[in-house]
Amino acid sequence: MNGTETHVSTHQVLTSPADGSGSGRMSQEHLIPTLQEIQERHGYLPEDALRALAAATGVSENEIYGLASFYAHFRFQPPAEHTIHVCQGTACHVRGGHQILHDFEERLSIKAGQMTSDHKFGLERVACVGCCALAPVVLVDGKVRANMKPKLVRGLLSKLGHAVSATDT
Amino acid sequence: MKPLDETYAAARERWQALEASGIPVFFVGTATCGRAAGAGETLDRLRAEVRARNLEALVVETGCLGPCSLEPLVVVHKPNAPRICFGKVGPREAVHILERHVLGDDPCAELALGAIGAESVDGVGAFADHPMLRGQVRRVLRNCGVIDPENLDHYLARDGYRGFLRAVDIGPDAIVEAVKQAGVRGRGGAGFPTWRKWDLCRRTPADQRYLICNADEGDPGAFMDRSLIEGDPHAVLEGMLIAALALGASRGFIYCRAEYPLAIARLGVAIGQARTLGLLGDNILGSGFSFDVSIKRGAGAFVCGEETALIASIEGRRPMPQPRPPFPAVSGLWGKPTIIQNVETLANLPLILHYGADWYAELGTEHSKGTKTFSLAGKVHRTGLIEVPMGITLRQIVEDIGGGGADGKAIKAVQTGGPSGGCIPAAQLDLPADYESLVAAGSIMGSGGLIVLDEETCVVDLARYFMTFTQDESCGKCPPCRVGTRAMLYLLERIVAGDSTSDDLRRLEDLAQTVNRGSLCGLGQTAPNPVLTTLRYFPDEYRDHVEKKQCAAFVCRPLIRHHIDMERCPGCTACVKTCPAEAITGVRGEPHVINEALCSQCGSCLSVCPPTYAAVYRVSGEVTRYEERKSKAGAAGVSAQRAAAEG
Repeated sequence: MNGTETHVSTHQVLTSPADGSGSGRMSQEHLIPTLQEIQERHGYLPEDALRALAAATGVSENEIYGLASFYAHFRFQPPAEHTIHVCQGTACHVRGGHQILHDFEERLSIKAGQMTSDHKFGLERVACVGCCALAPVVLVDGKVRANMKPKLVRGLLSKLGHAVSATDT
Repeated sequence: MKPLDETYAAARERWQALEASGIPVFFVGTATCGRAAGAGETLDRLRAEVRARNLEALVVETGCLGPCSLEPLVVVHKPNAPRICFGKVGPREAVHILERHVLGDDPCAELALGAIGAESVDGVGAFADHPMLRGQVRRVLRNCGVIDPENLDHYLARDGYRGFLRAVDIGPDAIVEAVKQAGVRGRGGAGFPTWRKWDLCRRTPADQRYLICNADEGDPGAFMDRSLIEGDPHAVLEGMLIAALALGASRGFIYCRAEYPLAIARLGVAIGQARTLGLLGDNILGSGFSFDVSIKRGAGAFVCGEETALIASIEGRRPMPQPRPPFPAVSGLWGKPTIIQNVETLANLPLILHYGADWYAELGTEHSKGTKTFSLAGKVHRTGLIEVPMGITLRQIVEDIGGGGADGKAIKAVQTGGPSGGCIPAAQLDLPADYESLVAAGSIMGSGGLIVLDEETCVVDLARYFMTFTQDESCGKCPPCRVGTRAMLYLLERIVAGDSTSDDLRRLEDLAQTVNRGSLCGLGQTAPNPVLTTLRYFPDEYRDHVEKKQCAAFVCRPLIRHHIDMERCPGCTACVKTCPAEAITGVRGEPHVINEALCSQCGSCLSVCPPTYAAVYRVSGEVTRYEERKSKAGAAGVSAQRAAAEG
């Protein structure tokens, strides 16, 4: 969308004195924080923003994509209206987290990492959110739901506006 | 040096005013786990009630006291009465406590976990005697759940930053000597003696040195560092100041995983407060020592726990580990000598400096000194964050503090060290929790994740689970890890799917050795540990999967078949309605039937079949399992007994 605005902001970030390297010029050190800033604003990394970042840093688009795609947090498509992260930590796993993920997949008819065709629900795995003592947990739009149970999956989804009959077949 | 006497005096005065407050104070634990359990709603309700009733009372947010399974936790200070800690305080319970205890004279014993700093009050025992607290020694976690982590006065009043002031007095050489005498070893996993790493860094000539706090707690199943930062962020900063002074580092970074937004926010507040007070910045308190800290947010890559990968990530590069030597202590961030310490290691330093190395080393074993925090989770009755002296047995941790298996089930094994660690079978629970003993058993201490497994955990599935994780997180640089973990995962997937041959177990073991010996960094070198320890301690379970296509824990779906017992099924339609695959047919009042061709073995039917019927049963290999049938009165009786035992 507003590539210019992104450009200005990345430019500002990148021209602030580089930390540590002491050179004072645009520094590679700022790449990840800038990508995080872009994603916070847009919900993902739009192509034109990455192009603007490449222009501002002199780092190739290829290399920036290589950097961003290494990390689990960066996404290259707009997120769904609601994102459900199912925790796959060890405690969640032994307390049935995989079952919860499976149930979400069945109810939404998508696999983890995908979103529903109406862009309403996105389903993601997360390695661990550190709420192991209350396992299994899911994050619904960033908010932790503790002590999740398979039988709560349907209710949780319908509360978010998921039409039960449409995808249950 | 500029003395802080006045600051301390003012902080102590304010803290004591709160300690001996003439008006009621509610301390609500609002760390991430507390919030997940609903502490936010409790907090809002308490504030609203206090306002609506025009009460003179304070509501203070604190970090995590530890017993997470009893969250939300609220400690209530009532003037002229011992403080009482209450558990599972939802909004309704909060109002109940407000009305009955604070405004009345009923201590609400049924909700109380214990009285703090007192023997007992009106039927409420001492909090220190609560089974989850007895046996713990909370040194590193001394402030967690006690102070407001965003209030520097609280930290100062409890001797905060006195360790650093002492460090400034004695100077770098004496700091290193104290750390050496204390015998502190890295809490991040490997247990390398901290002083030796520092020594190497100090002996390397450089115009600039860096200190990095590794808060990228990537082990799934571990949350010690998150809780510590959320509950007591200044302790980490003070530890960094001490380390930086010893090392001659003028810049520090805290690399914190992005999944911990609250920890990052609280660190930000703490850094701002420390700067305002002159504890961070140029010429700190006039001592001539300058040091400042910035936070780097991770972006979701487990390999960043590896030192050279973490450095690459801060520099803005793909986090691929480098061969060592050179060690980061010699050539690290931007080629300068760099020390990376784990959160908990750093939080130990103020204690060593303030109370002395001898005091510190009183606890622990010959080679593992001090205390260790563990995140106790999985199939254990009481879950939470604990701190115990090094060297107490795993049995003391999981049985005494954890209260044994969840739902009274027998413990099968304990997993320590996350994806780099291993499973220690129940028969070896008398093993002391120290660095050497856990390594001898094939596992590692790790950063402190401690996951309890019971008979319903399949160790083969768990090994596959960890291999899925490491395979996914392998950075791809070296083939033994990139290809080896994939090949190991492939074999494990065949085994849990019932497609394996007897040769696969030997292949798996061979590959494990290759990946361990050939990988570049710790991620690959330790990735086979979960497989090797389960092969070592549970060979029969692997063989049952391979030869009998049997998963006795009823976890590996392809090896399970669900059936409905015609004699037990009254035809209530609960399973028909819930089956996501629509594989169950039947009308009300007649026994239902599962269509095997449609069934995905998800177990939904089993979970909804009323325990009074327990009509759904499972078969795997030679094992058939029926759920226990409970009469309505019987079931209620059991939970009442449990409630009474909780007392």
